[in-house]
Amino acid sequence: MRVTNHPVLGDAPPGRQVTIWLDGEPLAAVEGEPIAAALLASGRRVFRRTPRFHEPRGVFCGIGRCTDCIMTVDGVPNVRTCVTAVRDGMVITSNLKEVPAGDQ
Amino acid sequence: MTNNYDIVIAGAGPAGLAAAVEAARRGARTLVVDENTKPGGQLFKQIHKFFGSHEHKAGVRGFAIGEKLLAEAAELGVEVWLNSVVWGLFANKVAVVRGGEQITLAAKKIILATGASENAVAFPGAALPGVMGAGAIQTMINVHRVLPGKRVVMLGSGNVGLIVAYQLLQAGAEVVALVEAASAIGGYGVHAAKIRRAGVPILVGTTIARAFGRGQVEGVVLAKLDESFQPVPGGETTLAIDTVGIAVGLTPLTELAWMAGCQFVFSPRLGGHVPLHDADMETTLSGVYVAGDITGVEEASTAMEEGRLAGIAAAAALGYGAAAAEADKAAVRSRMDVLRSGPFGLGRRTAKAEILAQRKEAASCRE
Repeated sequence: MRVTNHPVLGDAPPGRQVTIWLDGEPLAAVEGEPIAAALLASGRRVFRRTPRFHEPRGVFCGIGRCTDCIMTVDGVPNVRTCVTAVRDGMVITSNLKEVPAGDQ
Repeated sequence: MTNNYDIVIAGAGPAGLAAAVEAARRGARTLVVDENTKPGGQLFKQIHKFFGSHEHKAGVRGFAIGEKLLAEAAELGVEVWLNSVVWGLFANKVAVVRGGEQITLAAKKIILATGASENAVAFPGAALPGVMGAGAIQTMINVHRVLPGKRVVMLGSGNVGLIVAYQLLQAGAEVVALVEAASAIGGYGVHAAKIRRAGVPILVGTTIARAFGRGQVEGVVLAKLDESFQPVPGGETTLAIDTVGIAVGLTPLTELAWMAGCQFVFSPRLGGHVPLHDADMETTLSGVYVAGDITGVEEASTAMEEGRLAGIAAAAALGYGAAAAEADKAAVRSRMDVLRSGPFGLGRRTAKAEILAQRKEAASCRE
């Protein structure tokens, strides 16, 4: 969900709308924002599952340290989505379709 | 050679930018390198007003301080490289990866202002999506204008927990509770009062026993604690929430100082292992200075003062502004003492004095 108006910050600057592709689906994003912000704004919180135990992971630290939020971006694996800015036409791939859900 | 600098600074947050401004003002050729896409460190997410006196920007919001620092740096000709990672320090050399390219910079003096990272805390379900660092939440809501969830429980009643809880309310979220394992609120009363007035319960002597949910966090089980931090039988409550904020302190980001071979000391009060430094912010390695949270977790105001001190000292060591340097440094130090006073600042002041004393001891051992 986007914070459009704010008591201290006022209205959100419009920003240039771009389209990114998540697992083949188009997603609206604001140019320059991190991939993680665009995904959270669309309500997506599970970014990947761990390879061994298939546990879900999303954003934790938001500063590129914890690597919980990594995804494949334009073919490059293990990209930290919290510190990588979106670009129009960017292709983001999670492993959510290949890795089965865990037991939790 | 274009990659020759008087001073190279790692980190474009409040400490790094303040150091750069002071160094450049005195005539030093100064470069700031930062791995982020935007400069300013964590200043731009701090939308609350700062405390202290007029000279400490009391009443000014964090992002406005950041904008002013950036404008000053630009005016003074400070170079800032973004999306650039400092990965190694060698004798008077700084190794940087910029846009995929490896660049080695020659630097007469180096200032490390790398900041800190948030601590995690272990409870079952702590890794579920929706459990986030409070600082990460703050960045999302105030910088990117994205609300990561609607119903939040915050863990930790230090200033970060209190402030981010309030800023979540401002951004339109519901804060169901703020929980604190200790028996008293950790942060400033004024921040706590704001969220209490807004109706957020602050539960002291309480912690998160576990978080649960299918795929992402859907609830937490809170546990009442006794004086020895053990769960009280029957003291469990379940809250339906979609987001957990973790505000349990920060740890200095010291990797570069470790790699360079700086001598360290363990200071629990300051957040962990910190490099020893003298009153000029110089580490045990000649020509390598530190400033801001890397020297111990404090606030942006003290980070800027430490940055100024390091900037003045490093420039003076190269002959820039040397005549006035002692007076300039004394002025910064007295402002820092004011910031480190009162019931909240005194502990930090004592811990900092201990660092300086140990640095002196380390120096005499080598002689």
